[in-house]
Amino acid sequence: MFGAAEAAGAVEPGFLLENAYVVPLVMAASFVLTLAIGKRLGKHASWIGIVSIGFCFLFAVGVNVQWYGYVHDSEHAAESHAEDGEESHGDDTEDPAEDEDAARAEDPELPAGDEGALVVPAAEGAGPMVDGESASARGPPTVAAVAEEGEGGGEGHAEYTIEPVTKSVTWWTNGTVEFEVGMLLDGMAVMMLFVVTLISLLVHVFSTDYVAGDRRYTHYFAFLSLFSAAMLGFVMSQNTLQLITLWELVGVCSFALIGHWWEEKPNSDAALKAFLTNRVGDVGLLVGMIILFFAAGQTFDIIEINTLANTGDITHTALLVASLCLLAAVMSKSGQFILHTWLPDAMAGPTPVSALIHAATMVVAGVYMVARMYGVFWNGLVIGGSSINALAVVGGLTVLGGAGLAFVQSDIKKVLAYSTVSQLGYMVMALGVGAWTAALFHLFTHAFFKAGLFLGSGSVAHAVHSFDMKKDMGGMKQFMPKTFWTFVICTAALIGIFPFAGFWSKDEILAGASQLGGDGSYTAFLVVGSIGALMTAAYMTRCIYLTFFGEFRGAHHGEVSHGTEDHPVEEDHLAADSGHGDDLEAAHDPHAGDHGLPHESGPRILVPLYILAGLAIVAGFANIPNSGALSWWPEDFALVFEHLFEPRGGYFPSLTEAGPTGAVFAHPKFDIVIALSSTLLGLLGIGLAYAWYFKGLGPHGITQRNRLAGVGHRILVNKYYFDHLYTGIIAGGVKGPVARATNWFNKHILDGVVDGVGKGAVVGGRFVYETIDQKVVDGAVNGSGYAAEGGGQVFRIMQTGKVQQYGAILFAATVVLAGIFIVVI
Amino acid sequence: MVAQNIFFYVIAAVMAFSAIRVVTVKNVVHAAMYLVLVLAGVAAQYVLLASEFLAATQVLIYIGAIVVLVLFGVMLTRAKLGEDVNLTNDYWYVGAFTGVILFVLLATSLLDHFGDEPLDQANASTQISGNTEQVADALFAPYLVPFQAVSVLLLAALVGAIALARKD
Amino acid sequence: MDDLMLNQFLLLSAILFSTGVYGVLAKRNAVIVLMSIELILNAVNINLVAFGAHNGTIAGSVFALFVIAVAAAEVGVGLAMVLVIYRNRKSVDLDEVAQMKG
Repeated sequence: MFGAAEAAGAVEPGFLLENAYVVPLVMAASFVLTLAIGKRLGKHASWIGIVSIGFCFLFAVGVNVQWYGYVHDSEHAAESHAEDGEESHGDDTEDPAEDEDAARAEDPELPAGDEGALVVPAAEGAGPMVDGESASARGPPTVAAVAEEGEGGGEGHAEYTIEPVTKSVTWWTNGTVEFEVGMLLDGMAVMMLFVVTLISLLVHVFSTDYVAGDRRYTHYFAFLSLFSAAMLGFVMSQNTLQLITLWELVGVCSFALIGHWWEEKPNSDAALKAFLTNRVGDVGLLVGMIILFFAAGQTFDIIEINTLANTGDITHTALLVASLCLLAAVMSKSGQFILHTWLPDAMAGPTPVSALIHAATMVVAGVYMVARMYGVFWNGLVIGGSSINALAVVGGLTVLGGAGLAFVQSDIKKVLAYSTVSQLGYMVMALGVGAWTAALFHLFTHAFFKAGLFLGSGSVAHAVHSFDMKKDMGGMKQFMPKTFWTFVICTAALIGIFPFAGFWSKDEILAGASQLGGDGSYTAFLVVGSIGALMTAAYMTRCIYLTFFGEFRGAHHGEVSHGTEDHPVEEDHLAADSGHGDDLEAAHDPHAGDHGLPHESGPRILVPLYILAGLAIVAGFANIPNSGALSWWPEDFALVFEHLFEPRGGYFPSLTEAGPTGAVFAHPKFDIVIALSSTLLGLLGIGLAYAWYFKGLGPHGITQRNRLAGVGHRILVNKYYFDHLYTGIIAGGVKGPVARATNWFNKHILDGVVDGVGKGAVVGGRFVYETIDQKVVDGAVNGSGYAAEGGGQVFRIMQTGKVQQYGAILFAATVVLAGIFIVVI
Repeated sequence: MVAQNIFFYVIAAVMAFSAIRVVTVKNVVHAAMYLVLVLAGVAAQYVLLASEFLAATQVLIYIGAIVVLVLFGVMLTRAKLGEDVNLTNDYWYVGAFTGVILFVLLATSLLDHFGDEPLDQANASTQISGNTEQVADALFAPYLVPFQAVSVLLLAALVGAIALARKD
Repeated sequence: MDDLMLNQFLLLSAILFSTGVYGVLAKRNAVIVLMSIELILNAVNINLVAFGAHNGTIAGSVFALFVIAVAAAEVGVGLAMVLVIYRNRKSVDLDEVAQMKG
């Protein structure tokens, strides 16, 4: 480990890595440019976005390549056999202080210029001031010392450090607090760069066909660009403030794109709902980040906060409260249970947007945030300890809750939306049980196949002008074979059939749930995940059956296109498209004539589908384990994902040393039993659904006959009544009943009191009048009446209406009181 | 240092006298003129306190702009240019009482608390010299955000004043 | 009496402040009330700068600058209000502005 710090420091990150910050800037420029001159370009406006995102994609690929070299160099410079570092080494006995010294002394990167200081922070316990100044103050490395220490400390140390590439400038300062903006590139950020730019590129291409002829075509592409910029900036945020800002910007773009066709009330309602639901969680995000800011000694730096959390310098209470607050943000942004309600409604947006935002990138922002602040969550929630934590529970609930709801949807996009909810639950659950790599790997593979599914559904909807599987689809296999096969491949990946991508990632999560944590404390989540796999298989089979098999239920275009309630606007738009967009391919113009049957989409829709389906097949090979039954797998090709993208350094839970909570970060091993059983469960789910839908077996109509089943069905159809809870009970409860209660109180209690007092006064007055007044006090009463009048006169004079006079009295009184105060004290 | 003290007391006497005249004189325009004296005295005190930038700002903004604005206000509201017997209201004694008590309180507590502390603490004066550059450094680095806020405030005041005063 | 004393400035500031308070409370003419407010603000400024010099920090001067800016804004809006009052009642006598009388 001694060698690691200086060796990693000595490794040159490479030009692209150091300048990756241009990627979000390019997309932001694309946004401005599209807005500025997009209208003039007409339908060519999309080229700005496509060229920009294409450039960014190439850049991201270059960054990944350089990152590969960087990691490689870091490892080999550290120690040649450092690669098996994922196995925990109990015999590691190096002195952390020494290590720290080494890291400090050998931090070689000097500020590149006045403001853009390239900093490679010393990760292991480098103390609270990891920033440009302190890095430059550490001075240049002495090469001799590097070699010496590298050899002296370099025996048998499996754990090495991969220094994140950071770069930041001071944005502004307020007093002594510096607000920085910058980039932090480590494995997960590099990985997300690739995923986001790839999916965004495909969605851009797909959209040129899908929203062709839309009345806000430029607006649409401008916001796609802005969204990409925000998301790319988000994944490489250097500090929490930047994280929050871009998190919100992502939310704003989501709002704008969900409500893209805002002329229809349901769409703008959905956009508002998404935005407001996210606000609920954002409060948690703000509070959590503020707690961390102060707990970590007034810093926004993510690496520093995580490092301090890992070294135990932040109290556990602060970490616990902060991570629970941040969990609220995850629940809203990543559609976790009880705040998931916005995500299905967000399907009101154009389908490519759903693919980009609500499947592949934005909704994983919450997951990504947990992964980014993992030091905080790890120590705050005692992940890897012997008790169940909130993160895993939320994730587990979401897995089952989302999967259950997916069964009763008739809208193909809503099936996929609930599927997304459920899969996000898997990721959060994996993070909760400590399977960090599995969560990120699932994020990686899920992005491809879920985007493929969404774009596939968009392709189908483009043909039939509807999203309603029950009314307007069925038998699409014969019309759209290419879409069908890509859809099936992505579905297989989602279900987790060997050897598709989802198999590897889901299996890793399940293995994590069974093996991590003390005393098998997370085995409950193995059960949850397995049931989830079964349900996923079943509802996806249902979805494929309803969409692609059976009789075509859609009517002819001319008649149906304005009929469905769910997505009337989109339909209008699609119908409106029919006259346009045929310049690129003559074959693609399905709506020009009155011919009735849908047919295959054009190449701009199909090519992204092919690419995504291909990735759904191969993405899983990025992290094939070489343990357990797969130990024969060559080491060089095993766990590539884990090697490349898992952070190594003091800001991440250590593989070897127990943190403040006593838990050691670990990786699950491949377990052939779990792999086989989860595949079998998936096949069982497919089989059950096949029997039910294709063969018509089983008790159909049970929801009508059996009361229990009917209740269950009704609960699912009503989405567990969460919407009723939110709008009916909570909002309505504040609005209506409180007003009514106030009114009632006013009418009965207050009026009653007043009436009672009045009546009592009458009675009392009569008594007084008859017995005392008449006889005794007449004179006295007259006297007091005059007195009251006199007093009234005095106060009447004081109430002049002159503010100046009131002020005079106020100030005089204040001064007198102050004088008394001073004299007495 | 003696010269500084002499200057201080001369200027302070003029300022105190002028300030009292501002609130007692019977002619509004004269009051504005006395105000100019007070403001100029404040600028002089800033110089004594080694804040030459602030002194320049004081002259520019207060005497150059605010007093002119006040005079415009006097003109536009057609106050009598001659003497006006009714400048003081009927309950001026409350104000006088407040002012006197306030001054007594302030003076006693100041004398009690600060006694005869010298203005310059150890090595303070050296830091203060060359004040303009320091003000600029402070204003544009650590106090940038309040600076921006003040800009917005001025804009809001501008809009507000126009919205109030225009005839529509 | 060789060195400048902190209290000299503070007492001068106290005189200006008390005079300003009297002016705000006792004058009928709105323009003079505005002038008195300027007296108060200047008293505060002297305090700020004096304490800044006393402690050897620049913060006092900076905040005095902010106060000047705020004072400029205040006079602008204040005079606009006086103009509106004048336009509506042909007078700037604050004794006549008594709509708050119930």
